[in-house]
Amino acid sequence: MTVTHKQAKGSDTVPFAISLRGVEKTFGAVCANHNIDLDICTGDIHGIIGENGAGKSTLVSILYGFYRADAGTIRVFGKERTLRSTADAIAAGIGMVHQHFMLVPTFTVLENIILGHEGTESLAKGFEAARVELAQLAARYGLDVDLDAVIEDFPVGLQQRVEILKALYRGANILILDEPTGVLTPQETDQLFDILRALKEQGVTILLITHKLREIMAITDHVSVMRGGEMVAHKRRSDTTPEELAEIMVGRPVRTDGIWHPPSPAQVVLRADNLGLNAEISADSSVLVSEISFALKAGEILGVAGVSGNGQSELLELLAGIRAPSSGSIQIGERHITAEMPSSPSEIKSLSIAHVPEDRHLTGLILSFSAAESMVLGYEEKIAGGMAGWLDREQLGEHCASLMRDFDVRPPDPSLKSSLFSGGNQQKIVLAREMSAAPSILLVGQATRGVDIGAIEFIHKQLIAMRDKGCAIILVSVELDEILTLSDRIMVMNNGSSMGIVERKEADARSIGLLMAGVR
Amino acid sequence: MEQKLPRWIDIGLLPLINILAAFFVAGIIIAVIGENPFAALSVLVKGAFIYKGALGYTLFYATNFIFTGLAVAVAFHASLFNIGGEGQAMVGGLGLGLVALMLDPLLPPLLVVFIALPAAVVFGAFWGVIPGWLQAKRGSHIVITTIMFNFIAASLMVWLLAGMLMAPGQMSPETRSFADGVALAHFHTLLSYGGISVAKSPLNLSFVIALIACVAVWVLIWRTRLGYVIRATGQSEQAVIYAGHSPAKIIIITMAISGGLAGLMALNEILGVQQRVILNFTSGYGFTGIAVALMGRNHPIGILLASLLFGALYQGGAELDFEFQTITREMVLMIQGLIILFSGALAYMFNPLVTRVFSSFISASKGPE
Repeated sequence: MTVTHKQAKGSDTVPFAISLRGVEKTFGAVCANHNIDLDICTGDIHGIIGENGAGKSTLVSILYGFYRADAGTIRVFGKERTLRSTADAIAAGIGMVHQHFMLVPTFTVLENIILGHEGTESLAKGFEAARVELAQLAARYGLDVDLDAVIEDFPVGLQQRVEILKALYRGANILILDEPTGVLTPQETDQLFDILRALKEQGVTILLITHKLREIMAITDHVSVMRGGEMVAHKRRSDTTPEELAEIMVGRPVRTDGIWHPPSPAQVVLRADNLGLNAEISADSSVLVSEISFALKAGEILGVAGVSGNGQSELLELLAGIRAPSSGSIQIGERHITAEMPSSPSEIKSLSIAHVPEDRHLTGLILSFSAAESMVLGYEEKIAGGMAGWLDREQLGEHCASLMRDFDVRPPDPSLKSSLFSGGNQQKIVLAREMSAAPSILLVGQATRGVDIGAIEFIHKQLIAMRDKGCAIILVSVELDEILTLSDRIMVMNNGSSMGIVERKEADARSIGLLMAGVR
Repeated sequence: MEQKLPRWIDIGLLPLINILAAFFVAGIIIAVIGENPFAALSVLVKGAFIYKGALGYTLFYATNFIFTGLAVAVAFHASLFNIGGEGQAMVGGLGLGLVALMLDPLLPPLLVVFIALPAAVVFGAFWGVIPGWLQAKRGSHIVITTIMFNFIAASLMVWLLAGMLMAPGQMSPETRSFADGVALAHFHTLLSYGGISVAKSPLNLSFVIALIACVAVWVLIWRTRLGYVIRATGQSEQAVIYAGHSPAKIIIITMAISGGLAGLMALNEILGVQQRVILNFTSGYGFTGIAVALMGRNHPIGILLASLLFGALYQGGAELDFEFQTITREMVLMIQGLIILFSGALAYMFNPLVTRVFSSFISASKGPE
C-alpha cells in the first residue's frame, strides 16, 4: 500500500473509509446484526454479499443513519461518528443509492438533485450554482446526464445515474449501492460498472451490497460475506471463487445445477391452440399474445423464456383464467376456453390448476396479512367452508405451521405478518400453498425472483419433485439460467409470439438468447 | 422502520395520551376565556355520568355512534371511505317509518317492530349499495358518490316529510306518531319491572342491539371467509382476483353491510325516542361516526370506547352549556374537534416519544451485557 504524505493526524497508514467494531442491532427477539466488524479501505470497491435476511440491509441502514446501532463503534475516515440521521451520514461523506429510487418522477434531473439542497430562497440562483457544480462533477466522473430532462422519461439505468450524481453533489466520497442491478438490464449493468470503476479512479470508496456472486466477482476488490446477522468472512476478490463464496453464504455446499434428470412425460393435459390476446384499451390495437400453440404433457416442465415484457406474463394470466383470450383456445380436459367461453381463476382452480404468480407482493400474498392468512389465499373455502364460512384461527395456524415445516419457511411463525418474511421465504409460502393443493398443472411465474441461493436450490428441487410426481409445469422466467436448469422443453417468446419450442438437449444459452432477441 | 410497540401501548396508552392532550389544550382555552378548567371538567364528567339520568343519556348517544362508527369501519376494511353514513341512516329511518306507518293499523305492535327492524337495515343497505355499485362497476369514487347521496337523502326526506308523509293538521315536517307500543323498550322501564328504579332516560334496547352489532362485526371481519376476502380486497384487488373472487362483488356486499349498519341508527332515534319519523333525526351522527371509527382504529372494541367518549362529550357538553355562561354549545363542539384532531389527524404525534421512552425502559431493564 502506498502511503501519501497528506495523512490526517500524522498517522502512517491511510485510515479506513469505514471501520466498524462490534456493531449490534436487534429487533425484538431477532438479532439482525451481531458483533459486526468491518474495515473498508479508502478507494476500494468493497462488496457485501449475503442471502436475503442475512442482515445486509440492516447494516446499510445503520451506516446511513436510518437505524442506530444498539452497540459498537463506527469510524468514518478514522473519526468516530454517531450517525443519528441520514443528515449525519451525509455530513460524514456517506452517500446512498437505494434499491428503489428516491426521485420525484415529474421533476427534472436538476430539480431532483438539488431537492433538499436548494441553498437560497430564490430557486433561480440555486439552480445556477448547482448547474455549474454539476457540470464539474459530470466532467470529473464521466456521468453525462441531461439536467433538464424529466425523470419519468428516463429508463431506470439513467435514473440510477441521477441518484449517483445526487449523492456526489451532496459531497459523498463513500457511496453505498444497495442491490443496484436488481432493476437493470445486462447492458445497463455493464454501464453501471463502468461508472463505478471511473468513480474508483477518482478516489471514491464504493460499498456494493448484493446477493449476486457474478457482480462481486466482476467488480469488487474485497468482499465480506454475511450470514445470519454475522460477518462470516472477509476475502480479497482475487483469492476467492464464486463456489467458495456461495458455500460461505449458505453455510453448506450448494448445487445450482445437476438436479435435473430426464422426465417421463405422459398424456397431454393442456393444449393451447392459436392463443391470442389483444390490449384491452380499444384505442390501442397492439397485440400482447399472438398465435401461441403448444401441448403440455403430464410430468414435464415447459420453460417459457423471453426478455421481460414479451408476452410471457400475459400468457400466464391467460392460462390462469385472469384474462380471457381474444382468439384461439385453451383445452383442459373436456373444457375449451375461448373468447366466447372465457374462464375465471376459480374455475381454473377447480380444473386442478395451481398458479404461482409473478408478483408475490401484490398478487401472491397479502403483505399485511399474517402468514397463516396468506397461506390460504384462494383456498379459503377449504379452511372456511360452508355457508357461514367460519374462519377457524387454530386450524389456520396448524395448517400454516405444517406447510412451513414441509417447505422450510423461516421463521416458522404463522402469526408473523407476510411482509416481514424475506423474499425467499415469501416465495416458499406461495409455493407451499399452491403445491399443497396437489394440482395436475402448475403455472409458475418467476419462481425465484429476488430469492437467495439457498432458497433457489430448494425451490428448484421442489419443482423437479412435483414434475416427477406427474404434475405438468409451465415455468415462466426471465432468468435464462433457471429455464436452462429446469426445463424439459423451452418455448421462447418474442414480441408476443412463440419463436418455437426447443428440446432441452438442443438448447444452450446462445441459441435461446438469439431466439429471445427475435433471431430465428 | 421503528421498533414495534406492544399492543397495549398502541391501542391503549397512545389513544389515552392523545385524549389527555386534547383535554389539556381545551383546558387552556377554557382558562383563557376566564373559567376554571377543572371546574368545567368536573361539570363535564358529572354531567356525563353522575347526575340523575346522565349515564343513560351518555349511553343513548353512544348507541348512535356505535352504529355509524361500525358502518364506517366495515367499509374501511375494504379500503372504502364511506362518508354516507348520514344519508344511509336517514333512508334506514325512512324504511323503518314506512313499514311502521303501513303496518301499525293491521298488526300487533311487537310484530311491526320485528318487521321494521330489518326494513331499516335493508333501506340503509340499499342507500349504500348504489354508491358501491357505481364504484365497483363504473369507477365513480365512493367518497364523492356517498357525499352526494347524503344530499339526495336529505332532500328526499324533506320532500316526503313536508309532503305526502306529513301528518295532517300540524305544521312540522314529520309523520304521524306510530301506534302505541311500536317502540323499543326503555331501560328505565325494563329495570322497573325488576324492581330497580333508575332515572328516566331515552336509553333503550337499541343499545343492546348495538353491542350485538359490535360482536357481529368483529366475527364477520376476523372470523369469517367473507371478512377475510373483504380485508383482502382492501389490501390488493389484484390478489383477490388471483384468488378467484370478484372485487366488484365484494365492494357491493361491503357497502350493503356498511349501509345496513348505518340504517340501524334509526332504531335508536325513531323507535327508541320519537316514535315517528322527523326531519334531521340523524343530526350529524353519521359524520361523527367517521371520527369514531378513526379513533377506534376500525376495531369494534375501539369503536365502542370511542362511542362512549363521544356520548359522554355530547351529554356532558350539554351540561357545560347549561352551567356556564361563557361556555356555549360551540365550545363543546370545539373540544370534540380537538379530540378528533389529536386522536385522528395527529394520532401518531406522540408515537416517536413513546417509542423512545419504551425502548430506553426496555434496555434499562435488560441491563448491560
